[in-house]
Amino acid sequence: MSALRVFVADDEAPARDRLRELLEDISDEVPSEVVGEARNGLETVERVPGSGAQVLLLDIHMPGIGGLEVARHLARLSDAPAVVFVTAHDRHAVEAFELNALDYLLKPVRAARLAAALKKAQGAGPPADASLERADARAREYLPVSERHRIVLVPVTDVLYLKAEQKYVTLRTREREFLVEESLVSLEQEFAERFVRIHRNCLVARAAIRGFERAAAGEEEAHWRVKLEGVPEALPVSRRQWPVVRALVAEK
Amino acid sequence: MTSINQNDTPDVLPDFRNLGVVARILVAVNVMALTAALYSATGWMHARDRFVEAAALIEPMLLSVVLVLYIVAPRLQRMNYVAGCAAVLGIALLFALATHAYWARSETLAAGLGRTFVLTALAVALLLGYFRLRARAYSPALAEARLQALQARIRPHFLFNSLNAVLSVIRRDPRRAERALEDLADLFRTLMSDARQFVRLADEIALLERYASLEQLRLGERLRVAWEIDAAPSDALLPPLVLQPLLENAVYHGIEPGTGVGEVLVHVERRGDRVLARIENPYHPEHQHRAGNRMALDNIRERLMLFFDAEARLETRIVDNRFRVEIEMPYRAERSPAP
Repeated sequence: MSALRVFVADDEAPARDRLRELLEDISDEVPSEVVGEARNGLETVERVPGSGAQVLLLDIHMPGIGGLEVARHLARLSDAPAVVFVTAHDRHAVEAFELNALDYLLKPVRAARLAAALKKAQGAGPPADASLERADARAREYLPVSERHRIVLVPVTDVLYLKAEQKYVTLRTREREFLVEESLVSLEQEFAERFVRIHRNCLVARAAIRGFERAAAGEEEAHWRVKLEGVPEALPVSRRQWPVVRALVAEK
Repeated sequence: MTSINQNDTPDVLPDFRNLGVVARILVAVNVMALTAALYSATGWMHARDRFVEAAALIEPMLLSVVLVLYIVAPRLQRMNYVAGCAAVLGIALLFALATHAYWARSETLAAGLGRTFVLTALAVALLLGYFRLRARAYSPALAEARLQALQARIRPHFLFNSLNAVLSVIRRDPRRAERALEDLADLFRTLMSDARQFVRLADEIALLERYASLEQLRLGERLRVAWEIDAAPSDALLPPLVLQPLLENAVYHGIEPGTGVGEVLVHVERRGDRVLARIENPYHPEHQHRAGNRMALDNIRERLMLFFDAEARLETRIVDNRFRVEIEMPYRAERSPAP
């Protein structure tokens, strides 16, 4: 039996050391090799794709991106590893794991439990995105954008607006545009706190709104447009959404 | 007949040097005077005049009594409760007599000496009764505070991660593991001690150091702690577990969410008759949904209130991207009695 390729992600060095030790302890039962380590969520997302890992031991409480969100981003990979979550104490997370049949270990991890989890993970593929989504009640902090062969994450806080154009959704930051493979409706639901819908095809970051201008274009009816911080373009507000948007301005 | 003492916390006089106590006395006596004026007067204007008259008589006496009580407070605290009450009554009656003697020379005085005495004695009795009830009402609250301290303290997250960290060094560095377990034991000893007793600042600071050493094991170079404690009065008394939870918060909210190195500042000093403590950590606005911080702060604020009444304060501020908690409390040296 060839050694199982394991990736260890935890922000605490002693915790990573401990897992390595345990993997060695159980190597007779489940031969394994550690193919990579990461100290936070972003590192994990960057390093796992090239590592060839079959199983990811993933701490859920990490700086940057939490473990559950990391798993959601990694699940998009074609050769995504199976995931065993590790947590010291997070009642909500544990409940969510139980409910959605996600495998997890409690810290301090016991050798026997680790062996059992690895055996189970060996055959299993990556966790289903739907169960990850259900387990993670919070909105994500990063959005994956389409780039060739790798995962590029854009912090949600950098997003100025999201605009649906034919098949894709365009994501605009100060610097540039990206394409997102998610629907505007689901994005609107997940990030309702951060974005407001100004038009059937457009969500705008509330924090980026700088003002409004009235624009009359040719024979069209005059309409309002939103001016945003950091980008020159102004976005049209539909008549239907105008009351909502205006109320927002009044709050400011 | 044998008496059964069901209450294991004996009655004590209020601390007459406490701002809250003084304020309550002043307000209560004036309310009594106002009530009497409203009751005996024939109309609103009359009542006002009555109150002003009474105030002229009462205020100098009241302020003198409060001042004398302030001066003799430490002595009163050392007497037993009944003798203390008698002393307070004696002081009040003495000033009633003095006031009476002073006003007797003019002709405005309405009441006779006898009635002045009875009124004074009633007011003293009412107030002492009120303070006794209040102290009794708060002693379960203090017991409760202990429970709260336990519940709000030491996140399970910290406990399990620390145990995990100890397990990870046991093979490579047994001595470091030993020290970590000793630190953990000390921490829990304090957690399980009586939260109604004051502790010495030196002990609380030692606890901070134990705690920091455990976090250091876990977080390594990510955590830096700057200690500014040379001017800390080690004999000052404070409620237990006031600073440690703040340091724990600082690490949890300031260091753990960060990927780089972060510095936590612990600053304690004495300024006149006040003790100031300040704890600072890097501020991560995007991680404020990690709630629980407010709860811990409210818990500490509540316990400071139980111990120091209106004389302590806890404030939080965000300065230069750092989250800062400041506590100010009266400096009480080791020998002064507990409330």
